[in-house]
Amino acid sequence: MTAQTTIKPAFDAEAARAQFPILSRTVYGKPLVYLDSGASAQKPAVVLDAMRDFAQTDYSNVHRGVHFLSAAATDAYEAARRTVQKFLNAAREDEIVFTKGGTEAINLVAYSYLMPTIQPGDEIVLSVMEHHSNIVPWHFLRERCGAVLRWVDVDDDGSLDVAALDAAIGPKTKLVAITHMSNVLGTVTPLKDIVARAHAKGVPVLADGCQGAVHEIVDVQALDIDFYCLTGHKLYGPTGIGALYARRAHLKGMRPFNGGGEMIREVSRDRITYADPPARFEAGTPPIIEAAGLGVALEWLVGLDRAAVAAHEHDLIAYARQQVSQFNWLKVIGDAPGKGAILSFEADGMHAHDLATILDREGVAVRAGHHCAQVLMERFDVASTTRASFALYNNRADVDALVAGLAKAREVLHG
Amino acid sequence: MDNALRELYQEVILDHSRHPRHYGAMEGASHKADGYNPLCGDRVTIYLKLGDDGRVADIAFEGKGCAISQASASMMTDLLKGRTREDAEKLMEGFLHLVKGEDAPGLSDDDRETLEVMGGISEFPMRVKCATLAWHTYKNAVEEGAT
Ligand SMILES: Cc1ncc(COP(=O)(O)O)c(C=O)c1O
Repeated sequence: MTAQTTIKPAFDAEAARAQFPILSRTVYGKPLVYLDSGASAQKPAVVLDAMRDFAQTDYSNVHRGVHFLSAAATDAYEAARRTVQKFLNAAREDEIVFTKGGTEAINLVAYSYLMPTIQPGDEIVLSVMEHHSNIVPWHFLRERCGAVLRWVDVDDDGSLDVAALDAAIGPKTKLVAITHMSNVLGTVTPLKDIVARAHAKGVPVLADGCQGAVHEIVDVQALDIDFYCLTGHKLYGPTGIGALYARRAHLKGMRPFNGGGEMIREVSRDRITYADPPARFEAGTPPIIEAAGLGVALEWLVGLDRAAVAAHEHDLIAYARQQVSQFNWLKVIGDAPGKGAILSFEADGMHAHDLATILDREGVAVRAGHHCAQVLMERFDVASTTRASFALYNNRADVDALVAGLAKAREVLHG
Repeated sequence: MDNALRELYQEVILDHSRHPRHYGAMEGASHKADGYNPLCGDRVTIYLKLGDDGRVADIAFEGKGCAISQASASMMTDLLKGRTREDAEKLMEGFLHLVKGEDAPGLSDDDRETLEVMGGISEFPMRVKCATLAWHTYKNAVEEGAT
């Protein structure tokens, strides 16, 4: 057998940027500087075009008709599932469940996997840097089933305290639910190590990959992870679509969450049997065009040299970090080694919303607030932060615009 | 600089946000209410002493949040102190019009001049809630906040 290497073209950030039509627009007469990709990424023309083309030529409902278009749409939908499978390197395509986003993927695990078996006093281990979508479903189990949430702290630089996580996993732990990458701090967690430690104690692990899947290369088999969640709109794809990877052994034992069409084997007046996974968890008409769009987005992303993309993003965050260090009134929150391209900060005497409003008028879109991470805000004793989050289409000029906008905000608010 | 921004963050507003008037908890308030904007985390607490004559005998606030929310609260306390509740109601109505960029026919010239300082917010629809938080909280204190 001969080893095969596929040579991908070198990553050209400017060429990639040119593929995003929205990035050439202006706001308030200024060029748009989009630094809010952590909330939602823009979409390249290939994705937008493919969705329109699909709707114009191959669209119909899936898995239902015998007609030509039904087959075409089903093929596209299932091809997208295989694309997600490859993207995560899952062993089987039926380990990929389409959901409406990352939030629904996590809720599915909470309702279908954990809720049926959890007992009062059972524990769920999670970190203080989780997004609310990886907190609230577990709070439901606390409220409704008496589960106990065990919180793992982060260090002052935002690194996960892995030893503390290990120590928090005890005989009553039923799940470790942990982010792959923090949407506020940019911290990337050592998933492989976490999974190994949890599995050593027989505890499964769920990773919230809504941010992580965008910036890291994910191999669920190498990670040996149980559940991995992603969301399409942060992955340069459309809204309304996401996915749950779950091991076949888990999925087979899970009860359905939504009931409706497509998820049954047989229904009679007093009996029901369910379809095999993944159909069991995809009740009703799914977001078909969006699934196809996600497939195209992922194909596009893996067609790039992702190591080079990561290097580009790391260069941006390092440059941004260095540039803002000139402001002695600005405090960066989250400086973990190897962190992803997210810069959160607090500014002395300037509230995040005032800052974001002034930046906005300069064309610079950032997010201000608690970023759906109130537990983390409490940990760092801040009410809100300003967050600039970078994507592969950003460049150093975007960082320069951010820095100029910050200097201006200081002038407006402090004279 | 951008005129809309200059309007919004004019000196009067920045001064109120840096040196808020009537700031701090009030002992013996007859009415009190908390206001919270979950979207941005702005918080204000309004304390009132409502006199038997129906006037706002005393008013104070505490809070945390953006310059606009805190300046608006400070200006409001300045304006409302000593007013009758009916007057206060009219002021609030006028203010709610002004921050949306609408006419506020019911205001006296003096009040209009004071409140127009906040009119610049109408160019920033995402921020109007910051400016109105204190006023809604005042109303809530009067109507449901008897201590
Ligand atoms: C870390 C993280 N988890 C989960 C989510 C939720 O994703 P969605 O809103 O697409 O379901 C987000 C995005 O807001 C996120 O950043």
